[in-house]
Amino acid sequence: MPRVHRAVIAAAAIALLGTACTGTSAAPKASDDATQETTITFWHGWSAPSEVAAIDANIKAFEAKFPNIKVKVVGNIADDKIKQALRAGGPNSPDVVSSFTTDNVGTFCASHVFADLKPFLDKSGVDLDKTFPKPLQDYTQFHGTRCTLPLLNDAYGLYYNKDAFKAAGIANPPKTMSEFDAAAKKLTKVKGDGFSQLGFMPNFHGFESTTTHFAAQWNPTYFTGEGKSNLAADPAFASMLKWQGNLVKELGGFAKLEKYRAAFGDEFGAKNPFHTGQVAMAIDGEWRLGMAKEAGVKFTIGVAPFPVPDDQADSYGKGYLSGTIVGIANTSQKQNAAWELVKFMTTDTDAVVSFANAIHNVPSTLDALKSPKLVADENFKTFLEIAQHEKSSTTPASSNGGAYQLTLQDFGYAFEAGKQTDLAAGLAKTDAQVDKDIAQAK
Amino acid sequence: MTIISVGLLRKRRRERLRNLAFLSPWLIGVSVFFLYPLLSTVYFSFMKYDGFTPPTWVGLKNWTYVFSDYPFFWPALRNTLWLVIVMVSLRVLFGLGIGLLITKVKTGAGFFRTAFYLPYLAPPVAATMAFAFLLNPGTGPVNNILGSLGLPQPGWFNDPHWSKPALTLLALWGIGDLMVIFMASLLDVPMDQYEAASLDGAGWWQRFRFVTMPNIQPIVLFAVITGVIQTMQYYTQPLVAGKVASGVIGGSGQQFEPGYPEKSTLTLPQLVYHLGFQRFDTGGACVIALVLFALAMVFTAFLMRRGSGFLATDD
Repeated sequence: MPRVHRAVIAAAAIALLGTACTGTSAAPKASDDATQETTITFWHGWSAPSEVAAIDANIKAFEAKFPNIKVKVVGNIADDKIKQALRAGGPNSPDVVSSFTTDNVGTFCASHVFADLKPFLDKSGVDLDKTFPKPLQDYTQFHGTRCTLPLLNDAYGLYYNKDAFKAAGIANPPKTMSEFDAAAKKLTKVKGDGFSQLGFMPNFHGFESTTTHFAAQWNPTYFTGEGKSNLAADPAFASMLKWQGNLVKELGGFAKLEKYRAAFGDEFGAKNPFHTGQVAMAIDGEWRLGMAKEAGVKFTIGVAPFPVPDDQADSYGKGYLSGTIVGIANTSQKQNAAWELVKFMTTDTDAVVSFANAIHNVPSTLDALKSPKLVADENFKTFLEIAQHEKSSTTPASSNGGAYQLTLQDFGYAFEAGKQTDLAAGLAKTDAQVDKDIAQAK
Repeated sequence: MTIISVGLLRKRRRERLRNLAFLSPWLIGVSVFFLYPLLSTVYFSFMKYDGFTPPTWVGLKNWTYVFSDYPFFWPALRNTLWLVIVMVSLRVLFGLGIGLLITKVKTGAGFFRTAFYLPYLAPPVAATMAFAFLLNPGTGPVNNILGSLGLPQPGWFNDPHWSKPALTLLALWGIGDLMVIFMASLLDVPMDQYEAASLDGAGWWQRFRFVTMPNIQPIVLFAVITGVIQTMQYYTQPLVAGKVASGVIGGSGQQFEPGYPEKSTLTLPQLVYHLGFQRFDTGGACVIALVLFALAMVFTAFLMRRGSGFLATDD
């Protein structure tokens, strides 16, 4: 009896192990006819009612232009779910996918989970240089593989409370880091062992005040030409961390700021600390304008580019850029029809402009940025200018997604808390870690 | 002679087949839900596999990476062991204590049972968010009360020294499951043994030590072993608490590395998800899954061995 058991179990194990060894088969090539009646599935991450309505209107416009292609829209899809669906494939997986996380482009392209868009672009005669700003072209490809295209853009700038500025006697938004530090201190009102108003929350957990968003103001180079981490060698990172660490100390110290931060409401809720007046200045994306309006803030909002280091004053106006990306699932059997949707959403000027207007994002094409149909008040125009500034930059794609940014951020946490004091050694160690993580991903 | 042997053989074969038929549901279950995943996990721990492209053999690379180069592994292992030892011990002690108290309550026992059991029914995410609100260092009512009493106000989920104790408090709050099990076992202790002990002059502690404990020891062992296994799988609460306290709740494009603050809430199951499903490193995730499996086996074997005497029956 035991021998029979063993034989059955061994046979089952070998059979099952054999199944496990088979891996994933090569993805099918596109052979569908985009002129025939078809239905494609589009996944996106927007969830706010106004945003969902905007994307639905965009899809409706597409279906009016391509009556043979019906689009099944699935919203509120987080990145983790996208990854699992693209892994699994199957009849319910999406044909077209958008993601808010540009950092994942490296993984998406390297693993060929998204289809290479070059043949589609060539077929349609889309000239990328004449269509998209360069930073947007950069963050939608990886090592020469273009597997995504930009679907709207995000630009980061400085939000400031004009009423608080007036009360503190500050006439204009700061342009350099020394002006910014002075303003942050002037705007800070201490109350007990906390604050009644903080000029700026510099801690790296302070929502959008991340290492990468700050570092963009120093024109950083994250990787060498050979793809090695460059954090210690490029003085931009040490300068940024020194500036941030100094501001943390000047505003009361890490522990005091962290305690104040714990009292903040949700970043994407009405109680965001900038809305409530808990902080007088914030680094944030253009979407904050619409959110602040919806939250009914009681002060006048000012927007300006985020300040630059004193020794780079001539580059004032630049900022960190990111955005939504869109691609076609490699597992899709309807890639030609999917391409029609991607092309429409990313290159049709009217479609891009109306979508940007509806969700208060920066448009992603050169024509849309100049379109007279673009609804842009003075504050929004600031973000349009940041998006087009020649020195605005983004974080490069990597084969392990944004892991290198999180490793840098992790060092930033230790440095701002005073747990790491040797900046050069810490950055060198961070470099080594980033390289190890990338080697593991290869 | 030959005829008898052939008949016997046929009978034995029929018996074997019949036994196999009866065993087949178990065999299929074990193969599909235990053996296959286990063998696959071992297999993928030696492969480079991102879930999209075919796996390739990399030998011990994933093992070396996890043990030597992955900065999250050792903190996660330490945290997991801390939780296994501290949280499980406190949960068993607290569950037993509440069970004892409730069995002694003469009036309103139903109310107390309900009151202590209800928190267990709260979904983990909701319960954790509620605790993050209550324990908010700046605005939470707990720190407000502590402050008004002139007591120190911990940073709770925002302080690496207090984050695990805060998680333990959350686990103790949801003690309802253990309380019910202990209560049932306590009510099952024969009253005549208590009466005999009382006649012999045994006090409260002696009755507990020499009557209650021997009777409920198998249940204690069960509670410890299941508690260890549950804690090895501890995922939702530390992840949610870390996300809420860090301010990163999953907005557009935001990435969250688990373990806030300062890796203090990292647990091994979080790393399995993080590596396997966020970094596409199936091989690394499989290594951590196997470490978890081995740890659970070692703990369970140790506890079963130590506690085997508790399980012996009189007959």
